Amino acid sequence: MNYELVIIGAGPAGITAGIYAARKNMDFVILTKDIGGQTLYSWDIENYLGYQFITGFELVEKFKEHIKNFNVDIRENEPVKDILKDGNGFMLITDKGAYETKSVIISTGRRPKELNVKGEKEFKNKGITYCATCDGPVFRDKNVAVIGGGNSGMDAVLQLSRIAKKTYLVEIKNDLTGDRFVIDKIKNLPMVEVLTGAEVIEIYGDLFVKGMRLRYKRNFIDINVEGIFVEIGSIPNSDIINFVEKNRYGEIIVDCKNHTGYSGIFAAGDVTNVFAKQIIVACGEGAKACLSAFEYVSRL
Amino acid sequence: MKNVIVYSTSTCPYCRMLKDFLKENNIEFVNYDVGIERDKLEEMIKKSGQMGVPVIDIDGEIIVGFDKVRIKETLGI
Repeated sequence: MNYELVIIGAGPAGITAGIYAARKNMDFVILTKDIGGQTLYSWDIENYLGYQFITGFELVEKFKEHIKNFNVDIRENEPVKDILKDGNGFMLITDKGAYETKSVIISTGRRPKELNVKGEKEFKNKGITYCATCDGPVFRDKNVAVIGGGNSGMDAVLQLSRIAKKTYLVEIKNDLTGDRFVIDKIKNLPMVEVLTGAEVIEIYGDLFVKGMRLRYKRNFIDINVEGIFVEIGSIPNSDIINFVEKNRYGEIIVDCKNHTGYSGIFAAGDVTNVFAKQIIVACGEGAKACLSAFEYVSRL
Repeated sequence: MKNVIVYSTSTCPYCRMLKDFLKENNIEFVNYDVGIERDKLEEMIKKSGQMGVPVIDIDGEIIVGFDKVRIKETLGI
């Protein structure tokens, strides 16, 4: 089977590309780990057009409902492992097989960045988590720490401050970097302690996390926490391809028509160097990428 | 019929996906919200050796996360 297009990933960019491809009557398939991607974890979304307020989960449900009407072939639990050049087209490898295609849209999004400190691997899911929305309620009435003072870290603090006994916010820089409006809110919360200029050195415990050691104001300090929420940003899922140009963050470089440097390979959304990693932006990028892929395939 | 227990939190998207999946397949299950029921949280940690949600117990077989393939196999659907 030789497809005209394979879309990799089904977050906002991939789903939008899928809807456009279906409307263009393209012969295509979507290969993906899951449907929704990072949007699933967004707690409250107030800047997606058409909704004053919607949770990420509900927005993904709406996306699913929308694409369902087009009878799109979405293969969930089938992430692409490798993209190979194959004559004038490409061969995509998954655990379940190989797919030949004339064009590709990479919309694989991003994943949370890890701390890379001693104890992190050992205590993953044993106190260390990368999803405050998912695991927050497990730490009711316990001491917890959020690592990262950007917007997602502060969002986690706001969620946890209603659940946990005490919440530490640990930021390596000397100031919090999120929106000022939220910084003021957090500084006024009674059971929240903000530690800026603090670097995580080690996470320790027995079966589960018991605490962590920080370098803080030229000293080492230990804080007793049972939950650690890592919110230090994200990295692009761009490892599946090695023959397109990427920037120093690993993001796939695209032009304004979502072309990568390699003919027939397009990319869209948070995996690219596009400005503003936002759901609404990713949707627009997915639409553009599909229109470009359609133009490309039509000219072959 | 297999005895199915789900340990979840009210906010976790994969927990909702798991529960929706079981309902779609007409699988009866008991759901515990481990954000509220502390004894069930302890039970989940004891069974799975970890703290992430969701956890599903199918006749004593413990699966962490919404692992659709394994869950389908274990349920025989």
